[in-house]
Amino acid sequence: MAETKRDLLLRPILNRNPIALLVLGICSALAVTGKMSTAFVMSICVTVVVAFSSLTISLVRHHIPNSVRIGIQITVIATMVIMVDQILKAFYYDLSKQLSIYVGLIITNCIVMGRAEGFAMNNTPKASFIDGLGNGLGYGFILMAVAFFRELLGSGSLFGFEILKLTSNGGWYVRNGLLLLPASAFFLIALIIWLLRTLDPDQQENN
Amino acid sequence: MGHYLNIILTSLFIENLPLSFFLGMCTFLAISKKVKTATGLGIAVVTLTVITVPINNLILNHLLKAGALGWAGQADIDLLFLGFLIYIGVIAAVVQIMEMVMDRFMPGLYNTLGIFLPLLTVNCAIFGATLFMVERDYTFAESVAYGIGSGGGFLLAVVALAGIREKLEYADPPAGLRGLGLTFITTGLMAMAFMGLGGLKLG
Repeated sequence: MAETKRDLLLRPILNRNPIALLVLGICSALAVTGKMSTAFVMSICVTVVVAFSSLTISLVRHHIPNSVRIGIQITVIATMVIMVDQILKAFYYDLSKQLSIYVGLIITNCIVMGRAEGFAMNNTPKASFIDGLGNGLGYGFILMAVAFFRELLGSGSLFGFEILKLTSNGGWYVRNGLLLLPASAFFLIALIIWLLRTLDPDQQENN
Repeated sequence: MGHYLNIILTSLFIENLPLSFFLGMCTFLAISKKVKTATGLGIAVVTLTVITVPINNLILNHLLKAGALGWAGQADIDLLFLGFLIYIGVIAAVVQIMEMVMDRFMPGLYNTLGIFLPLLTVNCAIFGATLFMVERDYTFAESVAYGIGSGGGFLLAVVALAGIREKLEYADPPAGLRGLGLTFITTGLMAMAFMGLGGLKLG
């Protein structure tokens, strides 16, 4: 195999980012980015699910009949998500309430399916695990970047700590409510895509 | 009656799945280049949410909830943790059955919608509609109304976006924004426009 382990881990983060280049998995990406803390937990959940479902599917890949492979992949992924969800509910109940349905939606997150179908089915377990880890981190990178701007400018805080002192607390910063609305996430992602594609013209689409 | 109409209206305009919860984005962005295909996709989504949300509601209330198995003499079993696995299984099964039924009885419709159907198993909008139904604890009748409204909201949004994108083909944006970037900005503007409907309520 020409790709080194390091490539597998690092490439999905910037050059081949699953969100920015392949438009996968944005369904749930945008909804949890109003706050750093939810975005952070979501990134961890997705990374764990992608890495371990890729590992599992790669381990059993020689035993999966081709005709029912999608069903088996979904079952493996759903099982991983159920475990993550149960752990969150048991130990971090407040966070799991805030993430509401989006933990469950990791099942239909195209990144997980995409890596299972596109990579884990034809590669060794170790490579699949690292590839899953890389893709999860790439997803987390965009999530955290969007959440950083939304929380900092929208509520003047990061991870719930006040960074810019709000006028309502006697400070100087007037918070920008627009950034807490769903629409702002679309604009921020558009700007990130614009930036990544300007830096790397190979990713640009032809009109 | 007004209560059910309110559920439909709210899920159509205010809590529109793609525009305010970002659900079904992958399909939403991928299949919104032409109004005709977008309409086909939208109709497939409505059909699926109208069928799957009530079915999952019945399963939740009569099989999974704590004490729901009382009719079988097993009142102390709580199967809620199996929820995700069963809902996605139901959705996949309904997609498969719908495909076969349409192929047999409505070949014309099948040819229009056929290519979208398998894709829709992993569409977050359909799964998300079920999860919202679970979270909000809807009754059976409410879940039917929610199925209509949430699917209809997707149809509305995807057709509107496709209409705008057809016009945008003649625009000349900066190279980095072409395609995906511009679509995101358009969707953002649409989301803001839909927020204007926020106060909508019947009765």
